[in-house]
Amino acid sequence: MPHQDKKDDKKLPDTLGLSPEILDLLAKFQEIELEDFQMDVKELELSFEPGMAGQIMPKLKLPSAVKPGKPISMLQAAFVPPIETYPSKIAEVKLGATKAEGGTRSRAIIIGGETSPAFYTFERPVVHTPIVTLDVFDMEVPLSKAVKMHVKDVVGDPAAWAKLAVEKFGADMVTVHLISIDPLLKDATPKDAVKTVENILQAVDVPLVIGGCGDPIKDADVFEAICNTFPNERFLISSITRDMDVERCAKYVKKNGHVALSFTPMDLNLARELNRRLYDFLGKEDIVMDLTTAALGYGLDYAFTNMERARMAGLMGDSELAHPMSSGTTNAWAAREAWLKMAPEWEPRELRGPLWEVTTALTLLLAGVDLFMMMHPAAVKTLKDVTKNLVNGGKVDAAKFADWVTVKA
Amino acid sequence: MSKRASMKELSPIDVYKLLPKTNCKECGQENCMAFATKIVNREVNIDSCTPLFKKEYAKAFSQLKELLKPAVQEVTVGVGDKAKKLGGKLVMYRHEFTYTNPTAIAIDVTDEMPENELTSRIKKTENFSFEYIGYTLKLDMIAVRCTSGDAEKFKAAVKKVTETTSLPFIICALNPAVAEAGLMAAPKARPLLYAANSENWKDMAELALMYDCPLVVSSPNDLNTLVSLAKTLLAYGVKDIVLDPGTFLNEGIGTTLNNFTMLRRAACKGGEELAGFPLMAVPMAAWIGKGETADEIVKWKEAYLASMLVVRYADIVVMHGNDGWSLLPIAVLRQNIYTDPRKPVAVAPGLKVFGTPDENAPVLFTSNFALTYYTVASDIESNKLNAYLIVVETEGSAIDSGVAGRKLTAERVAEAIKTSGVEGKVKHRKLIIPGKASRISGEIEELSGWKVQVGPRDSSEIPKYLIEKWRP
Repeated sequence: MPHQDKKDDKKLPDTLGLSPEILDLLAKFQEIELEDFQMDVKELELSFEPGMAGQIMPKLKLPSAVKPGKPISMLQAAFVPPIETYPSKIAEVKLGATKAEGGTRSRAIIIGGETSPAFYTFERPVVHTPIVTLDVFDMEVPLSKAVKMHVKDVVGDPAAWAKLAVEKFGADMVTVHLISIDPLLKDATPKDAVKTVENILQAVDVPLVIGGCGDPIKDADVFEAICNTFPNERFLISSITRDMDVERCAKYVKKNGHVALSFTPMDLNLARELNRRLYDFLGKEDIVMDLTTAALGYGLDYAFTNMERARMAGLMGDSELAHPMSSGTTNAWAAREAWLKMAPEWEPRELRGPLWEVTTALTLLLAGVDLFMMMHPAAVKTLKDVTKNLVNGGKVDAAKFADWVTVKA
Repeated sequence: MSKRASMKELSPIDVYKLLPKTNCKECGQENCMAFATKIVNREVNIDSCTPLFKKEYAKAFSQLKELLKPAVQEVTVGVGDKAKKLGGKLVMYRHEFTYTNPTAIAIDVTDEMPENELTSRIKKTENFSFEYIGYTLKLDMIAVRCTSGDAEKFKAAVKKVTETTSLPFIICALNPAVAEAGLMAAPKARPLLYAANSENWKDMAELALMYDCPLVVSSPNDLNTLVSLAKTLLAYGVKDIVLDPGTFLNEGIGTTLNNFTMLRRAACKGGEELAGFPLMAVPMAAWIGKGETADEIVKWKEAYLASMLVVRYADIVVMHGNDGWSLLPIAVLRQNIYTDPRKPVAVAPGLKVFGTPDENAPVLFTSNFALTYYTVASDIESNKLNAYLIVVETEGSAIDSGVAGRKLTAERVAEAIKTSGVEGKVKHRKLIIPGKASRISGEIEELSGWKVQVGPRDSSEIPKYLIEKWRP
């Protein structure tokens, strides 16, 4: 962690280096006051005195008769790291565009490009660090208590919510969920949706994900208006599904230089099929795929295996699956164990909930997910910390490890 | 390192060739080929072919045993009902074959804990129990750590542990004399002995042989020494070995995952026998140098690291934090990762009857996604409700994703009501729909002709909802 100028302490965190330790988020789960808890991790780590076990001489006599054939000194063997090569690589996809690139974002972010399974860094370094986009809803939606307490002041104001997500919670991107366009809810017009997106573009300078309501016809109309109004911003359009007019959607995504999120319900054959339909209009560099995320305890095993298989297939040369993967990790909150008030031995849910989300996220991180759509600030913080550590690595203090036996915890 | 053939290439013919080929049916299968197929699918045990025990087949039998040996050796800790098997993995990736022997979760105690704290920690570990879609999630082991450095104290603590629980345990003491004191308190319990390292391996090997217990080899972040120790111990006569490549937090997470992944790949894909042992992870290393950090934070770190290592090949994890909120996600994840990946995502659609519903009983519907169905069914069942539940074909989607992805539509609900035959079983025409399907309530009324009542968003609230809102 870089040393920071004390004068900068009051500044809002803009990178991980300046964000608070997870402990501050959690120890204060009653109320989130991030700026007040800026602290360098190193300040918290006290030096540890080595355990005593090694210094104590044996008191008991051990049997010393060595049977013939028993080695009297250590035999040597070499561990050969099992390095493999893969015939193919995952496509690189650029999200967002700077002014120079025809957009308005402060930077663009590239995801994908991997040449080995997720974090096999003994084999090859990570090409592009997985990133997090935070959910912002354009109207009131049911939120769990653990999440709500962090966003209660901005619910109903998507621009303010986006600002909070970027400036306080360290989001790399923001997802605008245009729930209000749902014909069965508010049936807001494409024009209304354009306005919402406009406000968010003004409020934050990160790349955006544009999320629809799930109605295949309405989404297609709204996405078209947004793609046409903001050409070359390289939005991730979330999502294009098999029951939409795929040709129409793919055309306006391509024409305006955006990116399609190809969404299918946990079936690799369907994912291949939809991607093939998109290839008629879009390049490999214009498609991210969402293979469906199920919550920990509610089908995460299927999601994990599906994604791990897709990534392996992509590396082994199945180009129809060699796309970066996105995960709707917020689905973790669909698990009742994430939000329900349970018997006292499982409380507090303020910790259980975000841990549920981060466990879902980390499991899928290891399957190869490149882009996480997430919700809870503590879960986001942990995912970003872990990802940073996995990408950068660092020295380990091997000698200290044995202290776990004697540590006074 | 020595190699053996990869498990992946095993075909029924390979097995069949070594069987007696008499089609005697003693194993319960129609013929030897059918038996060979079941063997390859790990659905039956080779020992159920009783003719193989005859002297004339001795060679074939040992060849079969070798052929079917898992890539990762199976090591048993403890004795009796609660003995825990570690490892025994056949494959590296979950999509290749079902993982065997779910990661054991061990919770620590120390020899310096006051007696009541020690027993209450053990009781808490024993009593951890969570009902989850028909499974009971439990913890598995106790790790007894010597923090005092005093052999007599350690012996007393191990004795107390054996008097308090029948759970298997780990003797954690790097000093062989102290470790032996612990073993003397439980000479027949077959605990896991932690650990042999490059200094003490000879004494630890003697103890493992003398007390017939499995032995952990510890070599933090040094895999050459780790496999060298494994080779040495095998030569010494120790057969049951567990490997501990070290568990590192924070910037060491990548190194930790790399070591676990390399070892497992070497065992499963490379057939490296010295890497083919169960792997031990110690997320409780998070407590080393804890300083002023809040306990919750350490528990949080320990928990997510344990989860990552359940995914990345740990066969046992040692934990200190024993709070329900931090252990529950690990226990659920372990259950998820260790299920059979061939298990269908969906249950059969149709009408399910709970209790003894009469003509005024409530009618509800849910999706055919297995996890949704089992959750709803268990909420109805455990509350002893009398009700009809229509399982709608949603191609394995949950309610919310089904509605969003047009897998759960009003057309499908209306169709399911018709074909379920429920219209001949109840007098009323009122359907309780999941709260998360409220968006399509109007369409359902239109298409089915039933009156729709929007129920709770979570099925745990169904009992309360029925009391308050159900009037046939």
